[in-house]
Formats: sequence, C-alpha cells, structure tokens
Amino acid sequence: MDLFNAFIVVFASGIRLGTPLILACLAGLWSERSGVVDIGLEGKILVGAFGSAAVATFTGSVWLGLLGGVAATIAVSLIHGYASIDQRANQIVSGTAINMVADGMTALIGNAIWSQGGRTPELPAYAQFQTIELPFARAFGSVPIVGPIYERLISGHDLITYAAFLLVPLTYWALYSTRFGLRLRAVGENPAAVDTAGISVRALRYGAVMICGVLVGLAGVYLVLSQEAYFQPHMSAGRGFIALAALVFAKWRPWPALATCLLFGFLDAVAIRMQGVELPVIGPVPVQAIEALPYILTVVLLAGFIGKAIPPKASGIPYVKER
Amino acid sequence: MSSPLRPLPIWADVALIPLINVAAAFVISGFVVLAIGENPLEAVQILITGALGDLEGIGFTLYYATSFIFTGLAVAICFHAGLFNIGVEGQAYVAGLGAALAALHLGFLPGYSLVIVAIIGAALFGAAFAFIPGYLQAKRDSHIVITTIMFNYIASALMGYLLVNVLREPSQMNPETPTFSVYGQVPQFHELLTPLGIHWPVTPFNLSFLLALAAAFAVWVVIWRTRLGYEIRTVGANATAAVYGGISPARVTIVTTLLSGALAGGMAVNVILGEEHRLILEYTAGFGFVGIAVALMGRAHPVGIILAAILFGILYQGGAELAFEKPKISRDMIVVIQGLVVLFAGALEHMFRRPVAVLLARRTTSPPI
Repeated sequence: MDLFNAFIVVFASGIRLGTPLILACLAGLWSERSGVVDIGLEGKILVGAFGSAAVATFTGSVWLGLLGGVAATIAVSLIHGYASIDQRANQIVSGTAINMVADGMTALIGNAIWSQGGRTPELPAYAQFQTIELPFARAFGSVPIVGPIYERLISGHDLITYAAFLLVPLTYWALYSTRFGLRLRAVGENPAAVDTAGISVRALRYGAVMICGVLVGLAGVYLVLSQEAYFQPHMSAGRGFIALAALVFAKWRPWPALATCLLFGFLDAVAIRMQGVELPVIGPVPVQAIEALPYILTVVLLAGFIGKAIPPKASGIPYVKER
Repeated sequence: MSSPLRPLPIWADVALIPLINVAAAFVISGFVVLAIGENPLEAVQILITGALGDLEGIGFTLYYATSFIFTGLAVAICFHAGLFNIGVEGQAYVAGLGAALAALHLGFLPGYSLVIVAIIGAALFGAAFAFIPGYLQAKRDSHIVITTIMFNYIASALMGYLLVNVLREPSQMNPETPTFSVYGQVPQFHELLTPLGIHWPVTPFNLSFLLALAAAFAVWVVIWRTRLGYEIRTVGANATAAVYGGISPARVTIVTTLLSGALAGGMAVNVILGEEHRLILEYTAGFGFVGIAVALMGRAHPVGIILAAILFGILYQGGAELAFEKPKISRDMIVVIQGLVVLFAGALEHMFRRPVAVLLARRTTSPPI
C-alpha cells in the first residue's frame, strides 16, 4: 500500500510537471506542422510567465494575468512569424534571438520594477489558479485502488492542467478533421501546392504561429499562476527545449506528444523523488542520469535507432512565391 | 511583390547593411534603457569607461573577448558548411573536462609541456563531444540543431554528475576539482610583464588571447586558402553540387564539426587553464551562445569575429560596471543586446536591404521627367 501511495504521489507530480510540457509541445506542433520551426519555445515560456506575473501583480486578477501572459507571447510569436514568413529568415537564428531577448528582457524588466533580482512579488491566493476538486472525489476516495486514483491523481489539478489535457484531442481534431487543419498540414509539407490552390501560405502560417503563441503562453502562465505564484528569471529551466525534444520524439503528432510529455514529466518527478535516495547495490541514484534521459532518448530516436523521426517536409524553409 | 532593384554596390553590402543592422540592435537597446528609466547615453559612457577606461578594464575586456573569439570561430566555421552548431556551450563545457583531467593527472610531464598537453586535451574533448552530433548529421540525417541542443543538456547533466560525485575533492563542499599546479596553468599577462618592469594590473587576461588570434588566422587560412576550406564552402553553398564536384558532404560535415568542437575547447583554455585553474560547475555561463551573436555580427569572417568579440568583451566587462553603478540596468541588459544583435544581424539581416537599395537608387538616377 505504501508503494501504491508513493506511485500516486509521483504520478500526480508527473502530471503537474508534464502540463507545461504538453502546452509548449502542442505549441511547437502547430508551428512546425505549418512549416515554421520554433526553437524559441523556451524564451516564449519565459515571456508568458513574466507577462502573467506582471499583470496579475498589478491588477490582482488571475484572468487578466492569463490574458497578459498570452498576449505577450502572441506578440513575440508574431516577431518570429514576421522574421520567418515575411523576411524569409533563418528560423533557427530567429528562434535563438527570441530565446536570448526573452531571457534577458524578462529578468531586466523584473529587476527594474521590483528590485528583487528579477523576481516578482509573491501573488496572493486570489490571483492564482486554485486546484479544482472533481465531483465526488472525497466520497470515492475510500474505494480501494480506483478511489485514490480518482481523488488524488485525476482530481485536484487546476484549470490550466485540465485545459492542457483537453487541448490534445482538440488539436487532433482541428489538425485532422477540419479544412483549416488539412490546409495547415499541407502548408508544412508542400506550400507550393497550397499556393496553387489559391490559399494564402502566409495567412496559414501566421495563423499557426499565433496559435503557437497562445499555447506556449499558457505554458508560461501555468508556471506562475498555477505553480510558483511568482516569476523568477530563467524559471523556464529548459522546459521549452524538453518540449522540443518531446515534439521530435512524438514525431509531430498530438497523442504521442501527450504521452511523451507525460513520460518526461514523470521522469522529472522521479528524479526529484530519488534525490539522495540510496538504492541497494547501485548506491545513491545518479539523478543527473534521469534528468538527461529525455535528451538521450530523443537523440537515439533522431539517430533512427528506434524508428525514424521525419519532420514536416517544408519545415524551416521559407516559402518563396516566385520560385 | 514589387519591382526588382539593381544589386547593391559592394561597399553597401559588406559594410553599410551590417552596420545598419547592428546599429538597429543598439538603438532598440537604448530605448529599453530609456524605458526602465535610465539615460542611455550615460549608460554607454559608464559602460565604455568601465571596459576601456583603465588597464584593468581593458584586461578584463580582452579576457572575455578571448572566450568570444573561440566560441565565435566555432560557430562560424560551421556556418561556412551550412551547419548551425548551437552546441558550442556544451562542447566548451566538456572541453573543460579534458583540460582539467590532463592538468591534474599528467603532472609527470616536464615543465610547461603539461599545459600544452592540457590545451590539446581541451581541443580533443571538445571535438569528441561535437563528433556525435556531426556524425549523426552526416550519416543518419539527424538535424544537428536539435541534437546539439540536446547535447548541451546532456553535457550539463554529465559534468554535474562528474563534478559532484567523481572529481570533487572529498574535503571540499563546492563541486570543483583541486587547483592545477603552476605548470598546468596558462600564464597571465601580469605575471609575464611584471618581471620585465612593465606595470600591468592583475587581471585574468592571459596568453590564450594570442592563441585565439592564431586560431582566427588558422581558420582564415583553412576556409579560404586550403582544399578543405573550399570543400567546406562548397558544401555550405550547395551540398548537391558538391557531390558532383567529387566532395563528400558527410566527410566535410564530420570534419567541420570536429574543428568546431576543438575551437570551442579554446574557451576552456582561456577560462579553466588561464583563470580559474580548476574545473568549476557551469563555467561556460552562456558564453557558447554569445558565440552565435559574435559569428553573425562578424559575418563568419575571422576579422569580423575578432572585432565582434572585442565589442562583446566591452559589453560584458562594461556591463558589469554598469550594473554596479546603475542597479536598474542589471547584467541581463547584455543578454538583451546580444539577442537583439542576433535578431537584427541574423534573422532580420535583409530587412534594411530594400530601403537602402531604394535610397541609393534614388540618389544615383535622375528623376523621371
């Protein structure tokens, strides 16, 4: 029973750690499926986090905080879009620039306003998303096995977490069952064909880039309004790059993206749990090995040793009408 | 979109446009300073005085610039082959391990041959760590951007583990190696100049600077004066055409990433062998990413890279002074400037091309009657 409880705790923590990954990974999925490679997810998470922290601090409203974070990331996404779509820039360079500017700018402004080394003041409880208890969670709790799973694993998360899980089927539906989704996927594979059909490549890509902004903004908002209750410089801590790894690992598909992000979230939870734990024979658990596992797995996959990850064909290539 | 314009004159292409791009980055940085309630001109003055006002400032500036020359060259040599190596940060970090292992465990080597072997160790470890992404790009078509990003994190985890659990001196709390013997250190300029009767303040500025200049010259020779360089540039320009020219893009890719990793190792020589004299946690501090800005700003040419590296040296040293005098302008400002340089000199490099072309065309042709 103790082991079961420990599992529940680790899995619940894995869901919490996986939520920003799911959001950022779906964001990358939308962008890259349209042909715009986005390695700026890391920076955008920071912008979303800082935007929400700043607005929520000034207004005391969690909803305005959410809007502020998302609006800020949409703005940054549009810069990347302008560079990638209109200026036909190297999208990797543009993403790198966004990561740097976001990393510096959020810390700089945070420090200039609050003089706490970039940290924002801790938000009051009413300016944070509270956990939601699903119906009958308490009543079910005493049922063996299923009860605790329902009460402590499925219930008791906050709004953004549930939204993140709902956004997976939504993304799947939008990409595979709507006209917009079909066109969007086409523009990531063969933009010339889409253009020939009289559909604007530019409009589709801008649309995808903005959806990416909303989703990755939510990832940042989640870190502040659901998890930490304040913004801290560099608080994204590589999540944008893990999400990128998950996107590759999931081969740019929504459901595998969810599974991969949860897996990476659980690995993170296990790494935290195992800190300082001595195992028989092995001795102290090398936590760094667990932390590096998502990256190693992704490299192994990229190398084609466990299936082949093939990106959308036109991703990273600016579309030139005249060619 | 609109009518084509005649090509820009060469001086505009080589000098004017890059200058406008960098200027745009600095103008926007100025507005950022203004927005947080400080005077940009005063900030520039403090920054330049801090970086170049006295010998000490200059020493620190050139010390930082040395690292940036190495990381900038590492990024640039890959640019020439059409590769984007974001992994310089991780390669430099692992190169520090090579330098430290040699300096700590090969003490039996006579005199300063130890530090030379340690320098080779840094280059080898940097190259070895770059080899895997290079090989995977060349042979298994794994995108080098993604793999090098992953390898940065793998490097961080690996080095964290080694420093905490293996290399740390048992009596020490801090995750760092013991200090190297004097023959495992690259001499600093004040140590060399004081016996000659020349006054030079105590700064980390060390002989690695000369090594960086030599590396820059060597990169120039390799890229523009050797067969390998021709192959690198051909693969970078058009890999398919290179195949028809009898060049193996796979071989060129691997060789280029190896050279890039070795150059990244130069940063370990400067910081680990030249200043810290021991391996410390996260010593690279983002300088590998500065290399991207330096390479883009220097247009991947060694001369441009040296100039851009010195500019970033000024920013890092002067930025530290600035943060001290104006706490509102923290050192994050330098990261913002760096990002804006990458944005304007890299991603938006063609944004000003058309306005400039229109302007020049208007000046040289008479208006229609």
